[in-house]
Amino acid sequence: MIRFLIQRLILAFPTLLGVSLLSFFMIRWVPGDPVMILLGERGSSPAVYAEMRHKLGLDQSLGQQFLLYIKKVMQGDLGVSISTQQPVLREFWDRFPATVELGLASLLFALVGGTLIGVAAAVFRHSPGDYLLMGASLIGYSMPIFWWGLILILFFSVQLGWTPVSGRMGVMYDVPTLTGFLLIDVWFDGEGGEKFRSVISHLMLPCIALGTIPLAAIARMTRSSILEVLGEDYIRTARAKGLSYSKVVFKHGFKNALIPIITMVGLMASSVLTGAILTETIFSWPGIGKWLVGAIQSRDYPVIQGGVLLVAIVVIVVNIAVDGICRWVNPLFREGR
Amino acid sequence: MFRFFFLLLPVFFFVFMSFEAVNAKPKTFIYCSEGSPSNFNPQLTSDGPSFNASSRMIYNRLVDFKSGGTEIIPSLASSWKISDNGLEYTFHLRTDVPFQKTDIFNPQRNFNADDVIWTFHRMLKSDHPYHEVGGGRYEYFKSMEMDQIIKEIVKINDSTVKFILKHPEAPFLADMAMDSMSILSAEYANQLLKTKTPGKIDTNPVGTGPFVFKRYQKDSFIKYEAHDQYFMGRPQLDQVVFSITQDPSVRLQKLKTGECHLIAEPSPTDLPGIKNNSQLRLVEGPGLNVGYIAMNTEKKPFDNPLVRKAFNHALNRDAYIKTIYLGNAQKAINPLPPSIWAYSKNIQDYSYDPELARKLLHQAGIREGLSVELWTLPVSRPYLPSGKKLGEMIQSDLAQIGVKVTLVTYDWPTYLAQSRKGAHQLIELGWTGDNGDPDNFLSVLLSCAAIKAGSNVARWCSTPFGQWIEKAKKVSDQKKRTYFYFEAQKIFKQEAPWVTLAHATVYRALRKEVKGYQLSPFGTENFYNVDLDQRENNKNP
Repeated sequence: MIRFLIQRLILAFPTLLGVSLLSFFMIRWVPGDPVMILLGERGSSPAVYAEMRHKLGLDQSLGQQFLLYIKKVMQGDLGVSISTQQPVLREFWDRFPATVELGLASLLFALVGGTLIGVAAAVFRHSPGDYLLMGASLIGYSMPIFWWGLILILFFSVQLGWTPVSGRMGVMYDVPTLTGFLLIDVWFDGEGGEKFRSVISHLMLPCIALGTIPLAAIARMTRSSILEVLGEDYIRTARAKGLSYSKVVFKHGFKNALIPIITMVGLMASSVLTGAILTETIFSWPGIGKWLVGAIQSRDYPVIQGGVLLVAIVVIVVNIAVDGICRWVNPLFREGR
Repeated sequence: MFRFFFLLLPVFFFVFMSFEAVNAKPKTFIYCSEGSPSNFNPQLTSDGPSFNASSRMIYNRLVDFKSGGTEIIPSLASSWKISDNGLEYTFHLRTDVPFQKTDIFNPQRNFNADDVIWTFHRMLKSDHPYHEVGGGRYEYFKSMEMDQIIKEIVKINDSTVKFILKHPEAPFLADMAMDSMSILSAEYANQLLKTKTPGKIDTNPVGTGPFVFKRYQKDSFIKYEAHDQYFMGRPQLDQVVFSITQDPSVRLQKLKTGECHLIAEPSPTDLPGIKNNSQLRLVEGPGLNVGYIAMNTEKKPFDNPLVRKAFNHALNRDAYIKTIYLGNAQKAINPLPPSIWAYSKNIQDYSYDPELARKLLHQAGIREGLSVELWTLPVSRPYLPSGKKLGEMIQSDLAQIGVKVTLVTYDWPTYLAQSRKGAHQLIELGWTGDNGDPDNFLSVLLSCAAIKAGSNVARWCSTPFGQWIEKAKKVSDQKKRTYFYFEAQKIFKQEAPWVTLAHATVYRALRKEVKGYQLSPFGTENFYNVDLDQRENNKNP
């Protein structure tokens, strides 16, 4: 296991260098620079323009800028955001917990919902219910988030008035930031139950919007994986021994069907990060997706470079963790066996 | 049994977490803004969301714009005197203005001349201890070339300051009312220097304004409380919350459910729906803006005034106002909007006349088969809601006079960068004024110097036009200035570097219970006079 971890970590370095290189140069190749956007329609005299570029270090050659950037990254310094003048790392940490909270919640939603639907469809295979569930999950899988999110808002918030439209918590509450995870932070400052309810009600719609695609994928995967397992000899043996059907399905079937499902969840974890960009924009969720989109629009170079690098690190860590879990769940995957 | 449980699970979940009420005990006003502020110091920023979150909420200036207008009124300065040569501006300051008390600052003295000097020296002097704090760019101040206008600021006594200018500058007083000229506390700045946390001046703001900054949760919300000692009287609202909501359709849904009282920039297509909703109200007013099509006069065939006139006759602007602006605009004749005092009513507009346009093209020696490129605005701006749709309408209008139009567009930063270099032929663009002074339109958009600055996208340089606006800049007598600007507008219309499109109406959607809101022609927000009718408020979910 340790050898595996070391191997994967070493492999991560060239990936990260590639990501830095790409994000650094691609954003600079696109015309328009941060100073231009700061000035907008107004424009400025060439002297003022040059002075501002100099202040941002944009007057140096691209090579020089890149070397300086890499040197600073090695020292753990990702630079300062052009628009807010705050360190990129701090800006990231201020928003990262929001994305993680949303991501984990929607993964949990997808996992629980997806496996339940998948098992149900497998148990009642080829019944109208099965066709209905699988048809619905195909639709769910192809639903664009920006459209689905708005439909959810229109139905649950505007028509029914059950949930708030957007945000992370009711604006009249104030929660001191400790961990950044509101589901935890609400308990430190009194009125915990009330605030917790507010947080959950805000979390529901974005969680559904972001979790629908993974849910659909997991449901379909679970169904086919269980159906495959249910055809195995040991299932027939278990049935022959006289075990009840539900015991066979959950104890013998489900457990063995779990490996492809976990792999699927791992894959989905990365795609949830991508989906978070859209979800966060629609639901005004103050996470890193929204932050990065804003940075690209305003050509905030340090934020784009640093943000992309940090997201890449997160994706790599998640992938390693998923692979690790797969090994741990299924001994057959471990090396030397 | 399984199936039943699956079906019930989500229903159970929703019922358990039923919707919470928005009403809070103190009078809380919620504004759904369109973006996050970059910081809370208007000296350092140039974007609308940052100005809205700072300048009119937290700060005041020496002079201010009258609420809902462009008229200059006393604010921190109770009166002022301008010397006859237009070079010295003496401001007499109020002595009864306290700064705000916050968690980390307890002011020991009232506002005085030191604060004014400190505020401007920070931006002007590179050896000022705060000059480099926050990046030291001061893009607004510098792009207005204030450092080229102000020579010196002298403290006469605690309640009098004198600004000495390098050259006469008639718009100077209006300049002093702009957001970037907000006055900060020198006492607070010195305290922060002692604790070695100067950066807090821009993130934990202290001003003299109607609301005190409480907390900013990044990309999420900003909270303010009423400033009890505000020198114009305490605001009626107890709390103001900016709920940052980027998507315009989501903003509208929040307004409908009562999650906000006022929303920024509703999209034009939603206006009829807002008008028909009994819970909502739409306020509109003339905007201090102009949308236009600029013809690059450095490029063929637009170097020929006849061609430019032909294009002016060829475009059916009334139809654009109906379709693109949905009627929420006034047809533009001059580059200045009619709410500015120097607007000339004596200018003859170009009529919509494709036949005449054709003739003019013939006169210019252009037969059939002219093809041009039109850049369409990639973003929705207050002065032009939909660039692409407009482009298509122009395309069909010009086809009638035998001109083939190719539509081109880029993303916003690229659009700005390329147009600044003059890469375009025809381009859609516009402008919202900063201070209500005619110079802020005519110099910024049409002077020869503005070609280099990139804001004169027609790249039109006319010596007589330039002379009139230079003259108008040097005298402070409004009658004389008006005459000079009338002459300049005549030349503009004759030479026709633009097709002037429209002055778009600015509008805000708000809930019925909001009282006293006044729309600013600049498009910025000021909530000092706003109140909430609690009776109406209680009826809401």
